[in-house]
Amino acid sequence: MELGPIWRAILRNKGGFLLIALQIAVTMAIMVNAIAIMQERATQMARPTGMDEANIFVYSGTTFVPDIDKKNVITEDLEMIRNYPGVVDAIATNSYPLRDGGSSRGLQLQPGAGEDSIPTAIYYVDEHAIDTLGTQLIEGENFAPNQVVWNDPELNTSPPTGVISKALADALFPDATDSIVGKTVYMNNDDPVEIIGVVERLQAAWKGWESVEQSMLVPLRLDSDRMHYVVRTEPGSRERLMPEIEDMLAQSNKNRIIENMRTMDEVRHRAYLGDSGMIKMLSFIVVLLTGITGFGIVGLASFSVSRRTRQIGVRRALGASKPAILRYFMIENFIVSSVGIIAGAILAIGLNMFMVQAFSLTPLSWYVIPLAMLILWIVGQAAVAGPARRASNITPAIATRSI
Amino acid sequence: MFRYYLKLGALSIRANPALSTLMVAAIGIGIGACMTIVTINYIMAGNPIPHKSDQLFHVQVDNWDPTQPYEEPNEPPEQMTYLDATALHAAGRAHRQVIGYKTMRVIEPADEDSTPFQIEARATTADFFSMFDVPFAYGSGWDKSADDAVERVAVLTAVLNEQLFGGENSVGKNLVVNGESYQIIGVLAKWTPIPKFYDLNNNTYGHPAQMFMPFSVAIARELYSSGNTNCWKPVGDGGFEAFLASECIWFQMWVELQNESEKEAYLQFLDAYVTEQKALGRFPRPLNNRLSNVEEWMDINEVVDEDVGVLLGLAILFLIVCLLNTIGLLLAKVMRRTKDTSLRRALGAHRAALVYQYVIEAGMIGIAGGLLGIVFTWLGLRGIENLYNEYDFIENLVEMDWVIVMAAVGLAIVSALAAALYPTWRACNITPASQLRIQ
Repeated sequence: MELGPIWRAILRNKGGFLLIALQIAVTMAIMVNAIAIMQERATQMARPTGMDEANIFVYSGTTFVPDIDKKNVITEDLEMIRNYPGVVDAIATNSYPLRDGGSSRGLQLQPGAGEDSIPTAIYYVDEHAIDTLGTQLIEGENFAPNQVVWNDPELNTSPPTGVISKALADALFPDATDSIVGKTVYMNNDDPVEIIGVVERLQAAWKGWESVEQSMLVPLRLDSDRMHYVVRTEPGSRERLMPEIEDMLAQSNKNRIIENMRTMDEVRHRAYLGDSGMIKMLSFIVVLLTGITGFGIVGLASFSVSRRTRQIGVRRALGASKPAILRYFMIENFIVSSVGIIAGAILAIGLNMFMVQAFSLTPLSWYVIPLAMLILWIVGQAAVAGPARRASNITPAIATRSI
Repeated sequence: MFRYYLKLGALSIRANPALSTLMVAAIGIGIGACMTIVTINYIMAGNPIPHKSDQLFHVQVDNWDPTQPYEEPNEPPEQMTYLDATALHAAGRAHRQVIGYKTMRVIEPADEDSTPFQIEARATTADFFSMFDVPFAYGSGWDKSADDAVERVAVLTAVLNEQLFGGENSVGKNLVVNGESYQIIGVLAKWTPIPKFYDLNNNTYGHPAQMFMPFSVAIARELYSSGNTNCWKPVGDGGFEAFLASECIWFQMWVELQNESEKEAYLQFLDAYVTEQKALGRFPRPLNNRLSNVEEWMDINEVVDEDVGVLLGLAILFLIVCLLNTIGLLLAKVMRRTKDTSLRRALGAHRAALVYQYVIEAGMIGIAGGLLGIVFTWLGLRGIENLYNEYDFIENLVEMDWVIVMAAVGLAIVSALAAALYPTWRACNITPASQLRIQ
């Protein structure tokens, strides 16, 4: 192979090649870290809420007339919706996953102030919750209808029982070997709550919360001015039912307003808008950047070919074949790219370590760097292919010409 | 001479249209990417009230849990309890003082055909409008007597006034809010502080509250906050009364202090207040009172999204790649013109003349790249607006002003000149007549 002469030729024009290598290195650092961020966001976005999202829609209902019987309005609305053909079940709640607003409490294993507590989201619901949300009860049982009571705002009562998510069960009782159903935890320091059931999964209302998988359903019905309604429909009928139910509610009662009726898909889209936007922006940056680096290589390679036209002609006249010339430029690019890619790998890891520290990004997966290396090698070879082909087409007769 | 070099530059740019286009495009794209993110960062971190931001202070007192701080390492709560907010407000020890919170209200338009709708209202005290220099189109805010007398008065924003009354002067008219009539006493002119510094709890970049009402009225109606409420101690039985007496935090408090000595005096007053409360068995933590001016408060709340920081870093690296690209291409041009240069040097051109020539050429490329960069910045901002069109505030964050336009061109010229340094140096090192021998 002609590696030696190629290497010596590169060393004779260090400046130009160093620039390409540097450009590839920085490109690689950006690419690797952008991919790492995109991966992290995509992983977060892929987390299920535990709900039957494809068949659920939500809306908020607000009563605004003073002295209205809010309990009555909520009960009537729910009854109408639950009886509507095509609806599986419905609840009124203080919040639901991905809503980004709601209630949280600390649960203690021991009563008393100052004891360690595990944070959890609280959903105030009735016995229809598990069925409406579509999550799986894996242990214990659902609330019995007679366990569900209205919350009395004058008394800061804690719920006597709760159904918790599996993740919360694991956080509360990491060493439990047998069922945790029947165990008691404490809320507001001293109020006992008996765990009567465990559901497979139910996220808290805040997607960015560190304890996002920890939640508890409690059998207390609220009668706030503003309630959030979750409605589960039979598969395939959600989009048809939404306007019908909105109409029905609007006709039935003028003393409350129905707002923000959205499918769970839309709720998810809005909740993760920042992340999906970030993924799109970063992919755009990476594509643009790779393009610019590619075009830069094309430009410099073309220049280098035209500058060496005479030498190439001489080599051809002395017997070098077309593929030999082609190979020369391809190998030259490969060497320069490799220098850049290796420097880029170091730079990328450095930048990633900084980002892990500064922005608590998760560290790189092992395959991101080899992947970026492969992409940049291919881009480099593809970019140099055109100029190299032109070089190989230079006729030996050039050698005899004076410039 | 300048015109001669301009001509030389133009000739050189035209001589290699492909290389020149590539350079201008690279600078343009680099500037576009960079300035798109810089614009958003610049707006997000902008000072919403520059003329008096150093006289407005957010007040914090630490009523939190003795066993753990509100936030590590030892941050006091960002909001206040009802007990402290009303006591400090009533003491009136600052030049001006304001307490407030947000709450959702339902407005019933007088017009029978219109459906009632929900808005974000701000319950606050009389000084709000003078303290934050809120501009009025009609009427004015209320004064302290309205706070004390629990008067149902309302100030509307221009947007809400447009929606309800078609933008005409509605002062003196009545507005039905949650079944009760409020007298409209003022209508604001357009006012969109970015960020919404007076309440950074939620929706930092959203539209300001649409209606303002006296704090005392909201408390009399037992309105809870629609922002954040945090409690470290269980609330006792007794409904809203118990909630008001609790250690739950849900109010924001601001004071206006005109100089350093007023600030000192106010801090001392806060310390004295907390010490007095400690005697009553409250405030179990050590003294930890804080006054933060507008910009300090924005920093503490990290109003600029972390993602914008990440993007800004990547965008700067992006610009560096574009510049490395430009350096390479400029170098290629210099090397291609070795013979010209060496001939010019042989005929008596000084190095300074060469530097002059290359600087002008790079400057021309920089200006062209900068202009293209402005176009790309505009496109980039439109792209982001599109990407986030579900956010009602996004339009506030993607506006270009003259500062950004000038910065884009300036950055492009500086970048192009920086890119020209190395190639120019190489050109200056070409020895006179060295290249002439070959021929």
